[in-house]
Amino acid sequence: MIKIENLRASIGDKEILKGLNLEVKAGEIHAIMGPNGAGKSTLASVLAGREDYEVTEGSVDFDGTDLLDLSTEDRAREGLFLAFQYPIAIPGVSNINFLKTAIGEIREYKKEDPITAKEFMALVREKSKLVELDAKLASRSVNEGFSGGEKKRNEIFQMAMLNPKLAILDETDSGLDIDALRIVANGVNKLKTKGNATIVITHYQRLLDYIIPDFVHVLYDGKIVKTGGKELALELEEKGYDWIKEELANN
Amino acid sequence: MSNYTEDDLEKDLDNQEYKFGFTTDIEADQAPKGLNEDIIRFISAKKEEPEWLLNHRLEAFEMWKTMKEPDWAHVKYKKPNFQDIIYYSAPKQTKKYESWDDVDPEMKETMKKLGISMEEQKRLTGTNIAVDFVMDSVSVATSFKEKLGELGIIFCSFSEAVKDYPDLVRENMGTVVPTSDNFYAALNSAVFTDGSFCYIPKGVRCPMELSTYFRINEGGTGQFERTLVVADEGSYVSYLEGCTAPQRDENQLHAAVVELIAKDNAEIKYSTVQNWYPGDKNGLGGIFNFVTKRGICGTNSKISWTQVETGSAVTWKYPSCILKGDNSVGEFFSVAVTNNYQQADTGTKMIHLGKNTKSTIISKGISAGKSHNSYRGLVQIHKNATNARNFSQCDSLLMSDESGAHTFPYIECRNSSSKVEHEATTSKIGEDQIFYCKQRGIGEEKAIGLIVNGYCKEVLNQLPMEFAVEAQKLLTISLEGSVG
Ligand SMILES: Nc1ncnc2c1ncn2[C@@H]1O[C@H](COP(=O)(O)OP(=O)(O)O)[C@@H](O)[C@H]1O
Ligand SMILES: [Mg+2]
Repeated sequence: MIKIENLRASIGDKEILKGLNLEVKAGEIHAIMGPNGAGKSTLASVLAGREDYEVTEGSVDFDGTDLLDLSTEDRAREGLFLAFQYPIAIPGVSNINFLKTAIGEIREYKKEDPITAKEFMALVREKSKLVELDAKLASRSVNEGFSGGEKKRNEIFQMAMLNPKLAILDETDSGLDIDALRIVANGVNKLKTKGNATIVITHYQRLLDYIIPDFVHVLYDGKIVKTGGKELALELEEKGYDWIKEELANN
Repeated sequence: MSNYTEDDLEKDLDNQEYKFGFTTDIEADQAPKGLNEDIIRFISAKKEEPEWLLNHRLEAFEMWKTMKEPDWAHVKYKKPNFQDIIYYSAPKQTKKYESWDDVDPEMKETMKKLGISMEEQKRLTGTNIAVDFVMDSVSVATSFKEKLGELGIIFCSFSEAVKDYPDLVRENMGTVVPTSDNFYAALNSAVFTDGSFCYIPKGVRCPMELSTYFRINEGGTGQFERTLVVADEGSYVSYLEGCTAPQRDENQLHAAVVELIAKDNAEIKYSTVQNWYPGDKNGLGGIFNFVTKRGICGTNSKISWTQVETGSAVTWKYPSCILKGDNSVGEFFSVAVTNNYQQADTGTKMIHLGKNTKSTIISKGISAGKSHNSYRGLVQIHKNATNARNFSQCDSLLMSDESGAHTFPYIECRNSSSKVEHEATTSKIGEDQIFYCKQRGIGEEKAIGLIVNGYCKEVLNQLPMEFAVEAQKLLTISLEGSVG
C-alpha cells in the first residue's frame, strides 16, 4: 500500500524527518508512537503534501504511484486520508456541502459519474450512524463550534464518507473521554477491510486496546527506531521512552 | 399632429440643428461625444420628454458645472474626461419586443455570452421573475407587465414611466437623492438616459422578484441609469438588479442613481449583483462605478439593501437608508470583492431620524491581488431618534500580502438613549483551511470558492435563491488564482 524509504524532510533549515523507513501493506493497521516533537505529525503532513515541508531525500510509493510527485488534492483523490490532530473550522460551509464537493472532485478525478443527491444523503445517514454523529452536526459548518470530541468524530465521519485506501489518524484519541474514544475506535474498526490500511498515530496505548494494531513503531528523532507487535505499546506505556533513548545511545 | 406637414418637419429639423449646435440625423443612434446644454436638449428630445423634465436636467447641469469631483474616497484613478463621453446611444432596433421570441437572435447570443442566456431568463420569467433588460440606454425588452398590471403594479423603463405616469415620476423623482446631493448624482440628473421605474400600490405584495439586467454595450458609452422604486403604504417588493459588461480597454464611467421610497408599513428589498468588467490583470480598462443609492422609510417600514460587488475597476457606492418614520428599519448586507488592481470604497449610511429606528450593517470585504477594499459607513443618530439602535459588523478578508483592507466607520450620535455597536475583524485566508480542503480532494480554486462563500454566507443568505446561486459562482470566478 505505502512504502516509505529513507524519507528526509525539513522545515526552514531544520531537519525533522531524518531518513524514515516504513512499509504498510493492505489490510494492516500500524501504530506509530513516540514522544512529543518526534516528528509524528510532520510525517503525516509530509505524506499528505503540506507545502511548508521540503522533502530533501527519499521516496514514497503509494500503491504503485510516486506519492511525492502528486499534488495534495491528487494524493487525497488517490485515496490518502489524514484525520487531523487539530481539525480546521471553515465557517459558513456546511459539512454536507464540504463533503459533497470533496466527493464530487474525487469522482471527477476518477472519471466516475457524479454522486446523486439521493445517493449522497443515503451515504450521510449511513456513515453518520457509524460514529454516532448527530445528524445536526452534518449540516453545521465544518468544525465550527464543535467540541473537541465532536471534531474527532467528524474526522472519522469524513473518512467514512470518502472511503480512503490509506487513512492516517493523527492523535485522534487525544482529548476524547472513554465513551468518545470507544465510538471513534468502533468507527475505525468497522471501516477496516482487507483492501485498505490504517496508520494510527498516538501517544497513549489506550486507543490500541480498541484498535488492535498489527505493528507498533516507535518514532524518535525523525526516524522509526523500533518496531514490534502490540506488546511494544504496552511496554512503552509502562516504561516510557527513556529506555529506547538509552538503547539508541548504547548502539 | 394630423396637420403636421413636411414644412413643419423641415422647420423642426432646422431648429434642432440650431438648438443642438450639431447636425442631427433624426434617426441618429448616438449623440456626438461631449457634454453641453445642446447634448442635454438632444437627449430630452430623443426621449420626447415633457418640459419640466428638460428643465430639471438643465438645472442639474448648471449645478453640476459648479461642483467638484469628490476626492475623499480611498481610491486612485484618472479622472474621466467628461467631454470624451457619448451621453446617448440607442441599440439598433426597429421595434419593441412583444415577447421573448421576438428578441433579436444576435442579442440573445450576446446575452448568452454574458451568462444571462435568454433561455434561462425565459425559464426564470416563466416561474416568477419579471425581467426588464436595459441594453445601453434604452430598454429593449419588458415582460410580465400584464400580470403585474392586474395588481396595479407598474414596472417599466424610466422613459416609459415619464410618458405614461408623469405625475408619479414628477412627484417622487429627486426626493431621496436631490440633484445637488453630489457630483455624480447631479451629472446623472442632467444626462440620465433610462433606467427602471417601479410602483407598488397600497397594500399589494408583489408576487414575484422584479429583476433588471443592466449591461453596457457600445464602446465609449457612459451609462447613467435612473431607478425609482415607490412602495406605497403597506406594500412589499423585492427588486433585483444584476450587471454584466463585456471586456473593453477604455475606462467607462457609470454613474447611476437609485431612489427607494418605502411609505408607511411598506418594505423594499433591493438586491444587486454587480460584475462589470474590472479591468485586466495589469489594471488596464474596467468600469468606473460611481453610484448613488438611497432609500427613505416611512413609519414602520423597512428597506433592505443587499449587494454582491465583484466587478468594476473603481467602485464608489454607499446604498443608504433615511430612517425617517418611527420604528423603521434599515439593513445593509454587502460583499465586496476586489482582485488585481481593483479599488472599492463602499459602505452605507444609516440616518436615524425617527424613534425606535433600527439599522443593521453587515459588510464583508475580500481583497486579493494588489487591490484595495475599503468599507466606509456612517451611522447618524439624530436628536429625536429616541431608542435608535444600530449594529455594524465589518469583516475584511485578505487573500494576498499585497492587497489592502481599510475600514472607515463614522458614528455621529445626538441622542443618549440610542445604542450603537460596531465590530470589525481583519483576517488572512487560512493556509490551514485550504490545506484541509485539499486533503479532502478539493482543488485550490474550489477550496477558495468554498471558504469565501462560507465567509460571506450571512450576506448571500439575504439574496433570493436564483441570485444567490449566481452570486456564489461569481465570487469563485472573480477570485480565480488569487491566493498568494
Ligand atoms: N511549522 C514548524 N516550524 C518549525 N518547527 C516545526 C514546525 N512544525 C513542527 N516543527 C518541529 O518539528 C518537530 C516535530 O514536530 P511534530 O511533527 O509536530 O511532532 P509530534 O507530532 O511527534 O509531536 C518539533 O520539534 C516541532 O517543534
Ligand atoms: Mg503531533
